[in-house]
Amino acid sequence: MATLTISNLHTEVAQEDGEKILRGVDLEVSSGEIHALMGPNGSGKSTLAKVIAGHPAYEVTEGSITLELTDEDLSDIDAELDEDDYTWELLDLEPNERAALGIFLGFQYPAEIEGVTMTNFLRQALNAKLEERQELFEEDGEEAETEDEAGYDTSPMEGPADDGDVSVAEFQGLLQEKMEQLDMDSKFAQRYLNAGFSGGEKKQNEVLQAALLEPAIAVLDEIDSGLDIDRLQDVSNGINALRDEQGSGILQITHYQRILDYVEPDYVHVMIDGEIAKSGGAELAHELEDEGYDWVRDELQGAA
Amino acid sequence: MSSEEHLKQTDTEARFEFKKEEKSAFAAEKGLTEETIRVISEDKDEPEWMLQRRLRALEQYKEMPMPTDWPGQPDLSELDVDQIVPYIRPDVDVRGGVDDWTELPDEIKDTFDKLGIPEAEKNALSGVGAQYESEVVYQNMQEQWEEKGVIFCNMDKAVQEHEDLVREHFMTKCVPPSDNKFAALHGAIWSGGSFVYVPEGVTVEMPVQAYFRMNSEGMGQFEHTLIIAEEGSEVHYIEGCSAPKYSAFNLHSGGVEVFVGEDAHVQYSTVQNWSKNTYNLNTKRAIAEKGGRMEWISGSMGSKATMLYPSTILKGRGASDNHITIAMAGEGQDIDTGAKVYHNAPNTKSTIESKSIAKDGGRTNYRGLVHIADGAENSSTAVECDALMFDNESTSDTMPYMEINESKVDVAHEATVGKIGDEDIFYLQSRGLDDDDAKQMIVSGFIEPITEELPIEYAVELNRLVELEMEGSLG
Repeated sequence: MATLTISNLHTEVAQEDGEKILRGVDLEVSSGEIHALMGPNGSGKSTLAKVIAGHPAYEVTEGSITLELTDEDLSDIDAELDEDDYTWELLDLEPNERAALGIFLGFQYPAEIEGVTMTNFLRQALNAKLEERQELFEEDGEEAETEDEAGYDTSPMEGPADDGDVSVAEFQGLLQEKMEQLDMDSKFAQRYLNAGFSGGEKKQNEVLQAALLEPAIAVLDEIDSGLDIDRLQDVSNGINALRDEQGSGILQITHYQRILDYVEPDYVHVMIDGEIAKSGGAELAHELEDEGYDWVRDELQGAA
Repeated sequence: MSSEEHLKQTDTEARFEFKKEEKSAFAAEKGLTEETIRVISEDKDEPEWMLQRRLRALEQYKEMPMPTDWPGQPDLSELDVDQIVPYIRPDVDVRGGVDDWTELPDEIKDTFDKLGIPEAEKNALSGVGAQYESEVVYQNMQEQWEEKGVIFCNMDKAVQEHEDLVREHFMTKCVPPSDNKFAALHGAIWSGGSFVYVPEGVTVEMPVQAYFRMNSEGMGQFEHTLIIAEEGSEVHYIEGCSAPKYSAFNLHSGGVEVFVGEDAHVQYSTVQNWSKNTYNLNTKRAIAEKGGRMEWISGSMGSKATMLYPSTILKGRGASDNHITIAMAGEGQDIDTGAKVYHNAPNTKSTIESKSIAKDGGRTNYRGLVHIADGAENSSTAVECDALMFDNESTSDTMPYMEINESKVDVAHEATVGKIGDEDIFYLQSRGLDDDDAKQMIVSGFIEPITEELPIEYAVELNRLVELEMEGSLG
């Protein structure tokens, strides 16, 4: 069981006189929990998501984001663990290292990468994650086992056949299984990453990636926007499976109650002007749906 | 081979046998004189007409000025042709090429090994012709081709054994030495290369391949490729080039001539990676007869400066042309490449797809010309240029020239220039790929249109080259 703890997080845009966006965010998300993060446009929700994942456009001026792991989370690690290996300060790590520790960001607008098939991308991502994960827990300077010069037994675009932990055949099976769970057409596997995908397909693809990478904590940024009702159900089923089957903790950023009918949150947080203004249970989302955000803002100002 | 020719070759073998101890069997003096040309020609035992063509080309070379005033042209001021040895033959005791890989000297085998060529051979891709320095030293041709009348041999041998075909087509109608200064230079000192002849109606199913390698300091390489595809025939010719880095400047000035007969189909593919001090100045042209189809697939990597514009003359009604070019330039490199198409008949069609990658202050330039002649009605052309840049120091230009002299035509041009997206990289990083792998993946995807056109070994090599280039580990 992993816990993501955000403490007093302040960020600004990483340029001279950058705009302040987050002004002291506190939040804790653990494996197996679903947190909904709501709030008006421009309140800093997407920024928070990107900062957790390590986007270079933002500078953290104060605070911390730690990920605390347990033996359970580290059962796959083939190295002797010491105390330091259980708690990581994410702000010290590169985005891919954060991913390796189990942070996943589902994008509101995922990049479209032409010429790279889904299969190739997903297998490389999975192998990269596994490799980096192992390296993070090994003694400094101790290289992961050196691989022989990789040969290309398959298509060059699929990468070296013997590179990484998951073989092509093994991966194909895994991918197929996950795609079936999400009710995705098998031809997706051969399409270029997000290129020409509809909005709904992109969102489905984000959930598929989360399912494959099995994150400890998944931050899903407006995963429900632009979905029709059928897709919304598919995506919601995927999110529920992520929690129920893999035990991921989920921080779900959304504007609407709609998805929360399918993915019931344990906690709801309201972000206003770069702070968490109010937290509560699932009922808070209904209140917001009925009454908007102004009353939360008034409460916040009243308290100040 | 007649017994007389056989004798001649054995004689030649004997002539070079005693020189085996030397690093190279023969090297011409540096610089370019009539004497040098005579020595090359005599050494190759060429017929008089070829010597005369060389000498005429030399005259033309001397008369023509260096190109200096093209807009945005690469700087050639440091190129000193007089300092370049135009001709070196490697120390191989079989002059006309060997038929068995195992007969090659270890040193040469090793060189090819590093580039994965034996892999291609192992996988039974037919007809590998490998050129080491100026001489084709390795030839392998599947028997069934010969039975169908297909000829694939090195160019020097073709001059001897297929004299009529060569005399008619060699630098006469397609790339005459008068075409440009470097075509003239090539005509004077050309050496080695490939000759491909496909008779009427014959389809060569497997790609014909050649491998060129430059391995001596300060040496020029001037191979000539002549492809003749008769009516209704089909062939795919592949040439791969690679060179290590040396301190002296190198010059590569090849010539390629392709004759696409009526309704014939020729694909010419190349992946080139020249050392970073090489001037890569080539002339490549095809003439397509009625209904003929020409395809150029080229990847230009390495070199200090490249000027290369494969061109097609669509001479007959309904002829078509397709260009796919990919260029990559790093620090100190200027890759000026593109395509030229002349629509000289009605119902002709061309497409040009150009992709370039510039990093670490490198420069790529697309320079293209589409000419549609008066009377070439119902012709169409579509040009698409995409440039990818890694940083603010790199530059990329697009210079598409369109000369349209006919109104009933369809012309399209599209160009995009983009910096490699931070958001794209972040997306891949957030999925576990490190910064380098993320960039590598984006570039692999970008060049995918060319890799998918190539046989797998070449696609792999291209990807490897790009990968090495991205890591900055290529000299």
